Amino acid sequence: MAITSIKNLKEFSTNNDRFEGAHLLCPGCAHSMIVRELMNCTDDNLVIASNTGCLEVSTAVYPYTSWDTSWIHIGFENAATAASCAEAMYKARKKKGTLPDADAPVKFVAFGGDGSTYDIGFQWLSGAMERGHDFTYICLDNENYANTGGQRSSATPVGAHTSTAQAGSHSYGKKQKKKDMVAIMAAHGAPYVAQLAPNKWKSMAKGFQKALETEGPCFINTVSACTTEWKFDPKDTIHITDLATDSLMFPVYEIIDGHELNILYRPKNIIKVEDYLGSQGRYRHLFKPQNKHIIERIQKDIDEKWALLQRREEARI
Amino acid sequence: MAKEFELNEVEVWDGNYAASQALRQAQIDVVAAYPITPSTPIVEGYGAYVANGYVDGEFVMVESEHGAMSGCVGAAAAGGRVATATSSQGFALMTEVLYQASGMRLPIVMTVVNRALASPLNVRGDHSDMYLGRDSGWIQIDAFNAQEAYDLALCAFRIGEHLDVRLPVMMHQDGFTTSHKAQNVYPLKDSIAYEFIGKYIPVDDMLDFSRPVTHGAQTEEDWHYEHKAKQHKALMDSRTVIDDVFADFKELTGREYKRVESYMMEDAEVALVLLGSSVETAVLAAKQLREEEGLKVGVVAPRCFRPFPYDLVRDALDVSSLKAVCCLDKSAPGGAMGALFNEVSAAAYSTKARPMMTNYVYGLGGRDFAVDEAKRIMKEQKAHADAGHITTDIQQFSGLRGPKLGFFKTRRD
Repeated sequence: MAITSIKNLKEFSTNNDRFEGAHLLCPGCAHSMIVRELMNCTDDNLVIASNTGCLEVSTAVYPYTSWDTSWIHIGFENAATAASCAEAMYKARKKKGTLPDADAPVKFVAFGGDGSTYDIGFQWLSGAMERGHDFTYICLDNENYANTGGQRSSATPVGAHTSTAQAGSHSYGKKQKKKDMVAIMAAHGAPYVAQLAPNKWKSMAKGFQKALETEGPCFINTVSACTTEWKFDPKDTIHITDLATDSLMFPVYEIIDGHELNILYRPKNIIKVEDYLGSQGRYRHLFKPQNKHIIERIQKDIDEKWALLQRREEARI
Repeated sequence: MAKEFELNEVEVWDGNYAASQALRQAQIDVVAAYPITPSTPIVEGYGAYVANGYVDGEFVMVESEHGAMSGCVGAAAAGGRVATATSSQGFALMTEVLYQASGMRLPIVMTVVNRALASPLNVRGDHSDMYLGRDSGWIQIDAFNAQEAYDLALCAFRIGEHLDVRLPVMMHQDGFTTSHKAQNVYPLKDSIAYEFIGKYIPVDDMLDFSRPVTHGAQTEEDWHYEHKAKQHKALMDSRTVIDDVFADFKELTGREYKRVESYMMEDAEVALVLLGSSVETAVLAAKQLREEEGLKVGVVAPRCFRPFPYDLVRDALDVSSLKAVCCLDKSAPGGAMGALFNEVSAAAYSTKARPMMTNYVYGLGGRDFAVDEAKRIMKEQKAHADAGHITTDIQQFSGLRGPKLGFFKTRRD
């Protein structure tokens, strides 16, 4: 069952804390905030699967573990399969009466970075969503392969510098647009899909609770600001995330049953994307005169996407 | 509770159907699978049991073989009985997860119907996939016919799930020659088969929240070595459990299995060592040569490919009359001597007689291996024995069209 009261952050942050503070994530990494929000928003038992990535390598280095609940890692690509088939085992054992505690509610959650979600684990995720298991997949989207030192992923935005899509005298960084994973997951007919941000922690907790309470496969893309590869001061993680949501680089919204779109955060003052881009080292080169048109293109893309989201919300189709 | 499946005392089953019946009788909690020729009928057969109430567990049809083995790992960590089936390219696709399954000590049972690996694409039976799995940390048991495919699948659960073992088990049979060949099979009643396998005992159960567990942790140079050594020891120590399970099975059914099967080796002058359905062919050839020409031929067949029964192979070959041994590998060796040749030669080195060792590659991509060919190879061994040295290249290809292909000569200076 979901906890019913979310009064203040201090209280929430200590509720049923099953993620140990001792881990190896970078100072200022948003992953731990998002993971803790997920684990604190429910009192149900949790089976968690993690793809290979920053979260996994930082939380389960033998003989230590940061997980005070059931946790499994297999490989780079298959956390969705591990979680979904653990859920199948739960159903089988419930039917046969072989569970240690048949009445305790259990939720199944898979975590993956954008590398394992958008790229190498895409097929496994798609398969698990299509099969309709009762589980929630959460992507910790930091827009690059951060665990291996900052290479491009298909979630890396246009213009960002990464080690495999570098900015240089003949390049402005990544040339391809970010894959729209939220739309792809909604197109699977998933009952609940959302894009959430840890600075908007109440809407994030509510979104997580909705996903856990919804029967069937749910997908949530979360923006996870990466101090190391986005290149900003570790103390600024939430400030950078504020800029991401207020510039609408990361709109916060949900899609129910594949079509009913609700915008969950509407900035009072929408800021220009160059304020967001200017806050991080990975976009520094865009401010050179020859790359100004890229900033204009990014702004245009954001405006179009925002208009589309609003139209979809209004049309209710 | 699942419905009982009425079985006759003797059924006419092919290897695939025999394996699927054994999976049904094990009352598996989760089967995660993906179909591939020639093991598809195992998955289809299981699907029919699910659709008609003969199975209580979950049947998860995943999107690939990598997904199948990943699903098996996730389900097994959640504390129940798990199995799957595959062949060839599917086996190759799941290779990454095979190592993870064994490293995580999860007793998954996989019925493998052996088939060649591409390229060129080929759906017929050889041992390329079985050989691909040989360093993956799984127990590998080889059935030579449909009855054995049934019997050994039942044994596989007992062996892998044994608390002293806790390792995944592959139960191999040959594509088409075994998987699609119908023969008389004597099954056990459902209740007797299940009683033999026993209830699943969860270990480090993810659904036991009174004791949270972390599966699939990372270890670097500080601990990885110790983990792998421990895993190897578990695999080596499984030998006694395999023997015990085979002994119990004999008591129940009268059918006897050994980690190394040997035939007519007591007075053998020459011997063939080989795997799979070809064993029956070789045994028939040896019997005929003994009758027709008085040639003292024996056959040795490691039923347990992993853990490799080094000691039992040595013992089987430790016959003072033995002069020449040929190891037949049904897998393209890729620039080396065949794997069976290497393993068996290592064991033969410790025998008193130290027979001459040669290697034949044969049967790739399902090329037929008949009694006449087995006889020809046996006679060639006799020629080595009579000459006192290897009279051919040490490695040769049998049944190959075109010019004779062979490598390495013995040194006689």
